[in-house]
Amino acid sequence: MEIAQNIVLTILTAATPLLIAAIGELVVERSGVLNLGVEGMMVIGAVCGFAAAVLTGSPWIGVIAAILAGALFSLPFAFLTLTLATNQVATGLSLTLLGVGLSGLLGEAFVGSPGPRLAAIAVPGLVDIPLIGRLLFGQDPIFYLSILLTAGVVWFLFATRAGLTLRAIGDSHGSAHSLGIKVIRTRYLAVLFGGACAGLAGGHLSLVYTPQWVENMTAGRGWIALALVVFASWRPLRVMAGAYLFGAVTIGQLHAQAIGLGIPSQFLSALPYLATVLVLVLISSNRRLTMMNTPASLGRAFVPDR
Amino acid sequence: MKKIVFGLAAALAMSVAGSAMAADKYKACFVYVGSKTDGGWTQAHDAGRMMVDKELGDKVETKFVENVPEGPDAARAIERFAREGCGIIFTTSFGFMDQTLEVAAKFPNVKFEHATGFKTAANVTTYNSRFYEGRYIIGQIAGKQSKKGVAGYIASFPIPEVVMGINSFLLGAQSVNPDFKLKVVWVNTWFDAGKEADAAKALIDQGVDIITQHTDSTGPMQVAEERGIQAFGQAFDQIKAGPKAQLSAILDTWGPYYVKRVKMAMDGTWKGGESSWDGLKDGILAMAAYTNMPDDVKKKAMETEAAIKAGTLHPFTGPVMKQDGSEWLKKDEKAADGVLLGMNFYIKGVDDKLPK
Repeated sequence: MEIAQNIVLTILTAATPLLIAAIGELVVERSGVLNLGVEGMMVIGAVCGFAAAVLTGSPWIGVIAAILAGALFSLPFAFLTLTLATNQVATGLSLTLLGVGLSGLLGEAFVGSPGPRLAAIAVPGLVDIPLIGRLLFGQDPIFYLSILLTAGVVWFLFATRAGLTLRAIGDSHGSAHSLGIKVIRTRYLAVLFGGACAGLAGGHLSLVYTPQWVENMTAGRGWIALALVVFASWRPLRVMAGAYLFGAVTIGQLHAQAIGLGIPSQFLSALPYLATVLVLVLISSNRRLTMMNTPASLGRAFVPDR
Repeated sequence: MKKIVFGLAAALAMSVAGSAMAADKYKACFVYVGSKTDGGWTQAHDAGRMMVDKELGDKVETKFVENVPEGPDAARAIERFAREGCGIIFTTSFGFMDQTLEVAAKFPNVKFEHATGFKTAANVTTYNSRFYEGRYIIGQIAGKQSKKGVAGYIASFPIPEVVMGINSFLLGAQSVNPDFKLKVVWVNTWFDAGKEADAAKALIDQGVDIITQHTDSTGPMQVAEERGIQAFGQAFDQIKAGPKAQLSAILDTWGPYYVKRVKMAMDGTWKGGESSWDGLKDGILAMAAYTNMPDDVKKKAMETEAAIKAGTLHPFTGPVMKQDGSEWLKKDEKAADGVLLGMNFYIKGVDDKLPK
């Protein structure tokens, strides 16, 4: 049954960057900001993380660099949309375009150079337990971080005062403002957090998933993360379930092909997206439930009226 | 805002480089579909351009434009080069075909060369590389090296070029192990390191002990290195990604062709309407060093390479049966180029149903 463990491991690795980026974006959107720049921040995180790891020889410094780069790169978006109240959709899109181009420029010297891999943790003894040993005790550190991150976000959003404030801002920035809550400041922090998460997700790609830098290596994963947030109707645990489901379908279709089931590969490749559409239909069929979860101020610019 | 976004997109898509030096130099211009540091297809073309620079630098100035999307947009990039006085323009992706012809009709005095296409005109030629020759050699190595007698093939899109590669690889493997089997996984992308790596993992988990790819990233090579199996590089030498895993790699070496054609364009011997399909013997592709294999396998590979170069071995020589068991090539019959270029069927031994 070694193969079952291997398959699950592959699924978890494929899902981890999606989960991290989507959890970050979830917090951003919960505060009422729609940042379509996830792909751009992710790819910047990937290149900076890889570059730092190669230059210092330490993958951990790479991870930190990826997080910082993602956060830093979200700042222009925050400044434009929050301070200058520009259109969030257009600004987010341009952030993605800028990120993809800029990362190609930054990474030019690092194409094809072998990078250090962030080694998997292996708890001695426990990792050899059949079936579950490597799943529980032998994965890469960022995987464990993604679990902690999800748990932390659940706790923050639904069990702390600050989380309640953030959600209140997302639902009605006007009311929150009139209560004296610092709308812009909170949103700045949320956007920075989202950027840091996207950066970390990118770092996972270039330091764990496939330890290398190639231009545009995120290959649309940022967009999938964005879709996952809607898919999960802004619920962290559902984001997690969605990421793993998406990973399972993606990896499952590759295995179906390798076994030779004879199902058309184009259909199999479309399957993860088909599943997403299906779930979206199921979720949105209950209109009231969707409305309840959607942050009411999502995507609307906020200009304080003094 | 929209204007800014647009401007930004245009700036990224059309980052034209190349110095505007002396105006009397002959201009050879290259249109790329990807970035020149993609580690694969476009980088190989750019290496060819740099060879033109190196060999003809005193008489020729080269220019290039990266990240040109396939389809209608490409016409603008190509036309711009034509207006800037380029003498010869190489459009290096299949999807630039119609745009190349469209622009060529407007500029009869400019010479155009389109890679991997099949439409020519009075001032348009096509050029391609017989990649399948290299795939036959690596298939033969796989046939010798695989203990299980089954290889995994990570494929991009079910177009004739890719199907031809799969068949050629398998023919090579079967030439040393008649029972050799091939598992194919289609990833429906040319370039997604993560997805290609996932496909490699899936194939390895399904029991293959050797993998090869017709996609452009080093993702699969890294997985092979990590899992301790062997693999082949694609388009570029990937030995850095798999020092213990890489057996060899098929290298795209467009340089000699580009130098030859630019020279011909300058001295007036260039003719339009032609299609060239060069192979190993012409130097348009080459094999990376044969590594991580016993000497006898290496020797066999080198002999095969020499035989293909000498023209005594054609990878597609009968008897060859189609996947369904019907006869395709009779004994000693060689496949015609036209059939290869339109190949839409598997040969016997492929463990996959060809996507339509």
